[in-house]
Amino acid sequence: MNELTRRQLMKSGVALSTLATLGTLLPQAALALDELTVIAPAAPGGGWDQTARSIQEVLQTSGIVKAVQVDNVPGAGGTVGLAQFANSKGDASKLLVGGLVMVGAILTNKSPVTLKDVTPLARLTGEYEVVVVPAASELNSMADLVAKLKADPGSVSWGGGSAGGTDHILCGLIAKAGGADVTKVNYIAFSGGGEALAAIVGGHVTAGVSGIGEFEAQIKAGELRALAISSPERLPGLDAPTLMEQGLDVELANWRGIFAAGELADGDRQALLDVIDQMVKSDGWKNILSTRGWMDVYLAGDDFASYLTAEDERITAILKEIGLVS
Amino acid sequence: MDTLAALLNGFAIAFTPANLLWSLLGVTLGTAIGVLPGIGPALTIALLLPVTFHLDPTAAFIIFGGLYYGAMYGSSTTSILLNTPGETGSIVTAIDGHMMAKKGRAAAALATAAIGSFVAGTIATVGLSFVSPLMVKIALLFGPAEYFSLMILAFVTVSALLGDSTLRGMSSLFIGLAIGLIGIDTQTGQARFTFGLLPLLDGIDVVVVAVGLFALGEAFHVAYRLARAPDELSRVTGSLWMSKSDWSRSWKPWLRGTAIGFPLGSLPAGGTEIPTFLSYLTEKRLSKKPEEFGQGAIEAVAGPEAANNAAVAGVLVPLLSFGLPTSATAAILLAAFQQYGLQPGPMLFSANSTLVWALIASLYLGNFMLLVLNLPLVGLWAKLLLIPRPYLYGGILMFSMLGVFSLNNAVFDLWLLLGIGVVGFLMRQMDYPVAPLVVGLILGPLAEGQFRRAYAIAQGDVSVFFTQPISLALLLVAALCVLGPVILRRMRR
Repeated sequence: MNELTRRQLMKSGVALSTLATLGTLLPQAALALDELTVIAPAAPGGGWDQTARSIQEVLQTSGIVKAVQVDNVPGAGGTVGLAQFANSKGDASKLLVGGLVMVGAILTNKSPVTLKDVTPLARLTGEYEVVVVPAASELNSMADLVAKLKADPGSVSWGGGSAGGTDHILCGLIAKAGGADVTKVNYIAFSGGGEALAAIVGGHVTAGVSGIGEFEAQIKAGELRALAISSPERLPGLDAPTLMEQGLDVELANWRGIFAAGELADGDRQALLDVIDQMVKSDGWKNILSTRGWMDVYLAGDDFASYLTAEDERITAILKEIGLVS
Repeated sequence: MDTLAALLNGFAIAFTPANLLWSLLGVTLGTAIGVLPGIGPALTIALLLPVTFHLDPTAAFIIFGGLYYGAMYGSSTTSILLNTPGETGSIVTAIDGHMMAKKGRAAAALATAAIGSFVAGTIATVGLSFVSPLMVKIALLFGPAEYFSLMILAFVTVSALLGDSTLRGMSSLFIGLAIGLIGIDTQTGQARFTFGLLPLLDGIDVVVVAVGLFALGEAFHVAYRLARAPDELSRVTGSLWMSKSDWSRSWKPWLRGTAIGFPLGSLPAGGTEIPTFLSYLTEKRLSKKPEEFGQGAIEAVAGPEAANNAAVAGVLVPLLSFGLPTSATAAILLAAFQQYGLQPGPMLFSANSTLVWALIASLYLGNFMLLVLNLPLVGLWAKLLLIPRPYLYGGILMFSMLGVFSLNNAVFDLWLLLGIGVVGFLMRQMDYPVAPLVVGLILGPLAEGQFRRAYAIAQGDVSVFFTQPISLALLLVAALCVLGPVILRRMRR
C-alpha cells in the first residue's frame, strides 16, 4: 500500500511539474465522484493506446463518466501492465485494455499473472489480418503460396510484427491448415509496422502479414497484392478473397477488449458492464469505429469470458506447434 | 515548378497570424519536453491528440511539426550544459559539448548547435519537399542485410568515441553490448537475462542508461570532489558568441552532418542516433586536430547536432510519401493523420496537397522560430552554469529522476537509474569513457536483430552480406575506415 501511494504521489508530481503546460490545454472536467482510469499496457501510438484514448474520449464527451484518465504502462506485450493491474484487486475505478496479443504474450513470456487474475468485461473491436506479397511477386493466390510452402517451408519468409504476436500466429495457422511443416515456418519478426512494411514492399521477404489497416493504403496504391484476408466473409472496400474460400480453414481477428480488476464485487462488475454497454451503443463510439476502421465485435460478460477460454486454448496449441511455447 | 508554387501556397497558409501562434506554441512545448529526459515528442503528441482534434488539421500539424523540431533543440541544450541528453539523438553532443561548457565555452557550443540545427533543418526540409519520392525508392532497397552492414559501419565509428585507451573503450563498449542483450529476443520472443524480473522483459531503456551514466555519474563525481575541495565557480571566459574560428570550424560540419543525417533518417530503420555517430566519426577523421575530440572540439558539436535535426526531417520522408512510420513519433503522427481521415502515402500529396505543403512550410517556419527563440537565450542559458554546484546538481538529479520515471511510470526504473549512476561514477573515477557503453547498447540489439533477419531470410547463407551490392559497399566503406588510416600511415613512412 505504502508503495502504491508513493507511486501515485510521484505520478501526480510528474504530472504537475512537467506537464503543467499541457495540463492547461486539456479539457478540464468538473470534480466528480465517478472517475475512471484506463490503463493502456503499451506505449503511446499503438492499438491499445488508441483504444484506451478512444474509450476516454467517448466516455467523457458523452458524459457517461465525468473524468477518465489514460495511463500508459508499456512493456512485454502488455504483461507488464497486466502484472501491475493485477495488484488492484477489487478496485472498480480502474480498467485495463488488452487483447489477442496479450493472450500470446502471457504464454511466450511465461507471465506469472494471467487473464484469470482479472475480470473480463467485453471484447470491443477487432481487426482482421491480410496476407500480402509485393506487386512484383510471382505468387498470385494462396494456392501458389501454400504450394511453395509445402515444397520448402523455409523458402517462404514471412514478414510481420513481434514474435508470438497475431501475425506470427496467423502464419502458423496457415501453414498448419495448408499441410506444411509448422515447425519450419520461417517467420521474420520486425519491430514496428513501418519496418515490416518497408521490407515487404522492398521485396526483402516473400510475404507479409499484418492488420488490414497497416497495409490498406499500399494495397490500394498497387504496391502490394492482397492474397487473402482472415475474416469469415469478404470485406467491403477491399478486393481480396478470404482464406476460407481458398480452402484454408483459418479465421483470425486481432481483437481488443477491456478488463476490470480481479475479485470484483458483483455490483461493481455490473456497473462497469453497464458503462461499457452504454459506451458501445453511443454515436461517438460508432464514429470512432468507422474512422479508425475497426470492426465492431462487441461481446460482453460471461460470453466474453467463455470466448476467452476457447481462444486461450487455440493460441496455446498453435504456439506450441510453432515451438515458441513448450 | 509545380512543387515551388505549391510550397509558396503552403507558406501563405502557414504565415497567417493564428498559424504563427500555433507554431510558436509547438516549438515552445517541444523545447520544454526536449529538455526533460524521458518525455519525448511521441508521448506529448499522444497527450495532445484529444485536444488538437478540435482544431483544423493544418493547425494541429503545425503544432506537431514545431514540437518535433523543438524537442531536438531542447535536448541539445541540456546535453551541453548539464551533460544530460534529453533524447537519444543528442548523446554524442554531450561528449564534446559538455567539455566546451566546462571550459567556459557553453555559449559557443549552444550557438553552433542552434545554428547547425537550423541550417540542417532548413536544407533537410528542402530535401523533404523535392526529393521525397526518390528517397523512398532508395530506402526500400535497404533490407536486413543492408541494415546489418550499415550497423557495422556505425560500429566502426565507435573507435572514434573510444577515448585515449582502446582497452578501456572496448571494455565500456562490451558492457553496453551485454546490457543490450537483456530482454525479450525479437526473433523468438524468449526472455534473456531477465532473472524472472518482469520490468526487465523489454530490456533496459537507453534513456535510463544515458541519463544514469552522464547526468548521475557526473553529479556523483562533482559531489565527491566538492566534499574534498571548495567549489570554484565556473568561469565564462572568452567571447560569449562564436568567434571567427568557431564559424570557420563549424560550417563544414553543419553541411556534412546534414548530408549524413537526412538520407539515414529517411531509412525505415535509420533513426536519429546512427547519423550522429557517423557524423562524429567523419569530423574526427577529417579534423586536423583529432586530439581535441573528447576535450571540447566544436566540430564534434556542430556535426552531430546538424545530423540529428536533418534525420528528424528525414523521418518525415517515408511517413508523408509512403505512409511508413519509422519512429515512435512518426507512428503517432500517422495515427493523428488517420484521426482526420487522412491516409499518408503515395496519394497524400495529390489528395491533400494543401495540407502537406502547409505542414512542410510550417516546418521551415518552426525552424526559423527556434533559431530566433534560442539564439538570444544562449547567453542566458550559459549563465545557468553560474549556479553554485550543490544547487545545480541537486536540480539535475531531480530532473533526471522525473524524466526517467515518466518513461514507464515505474519505480523500478529509478532504482535502475541509481545503480547505473553509481556505475557511471566508478567509470569516471577509473577513467573509463561512458559513451561507448551507450553506443553498444543502442547498436547491439539493432545489429543482432538485422543480422538474424538477414540470416533467416537467406536460410543460413552468410554470403548474403557480400553478394548484395549495397551491403557490400557499406562493408567496404567500413573496412576503409579501419584500414585507411593504417595504410596512409604506412605510406607516409
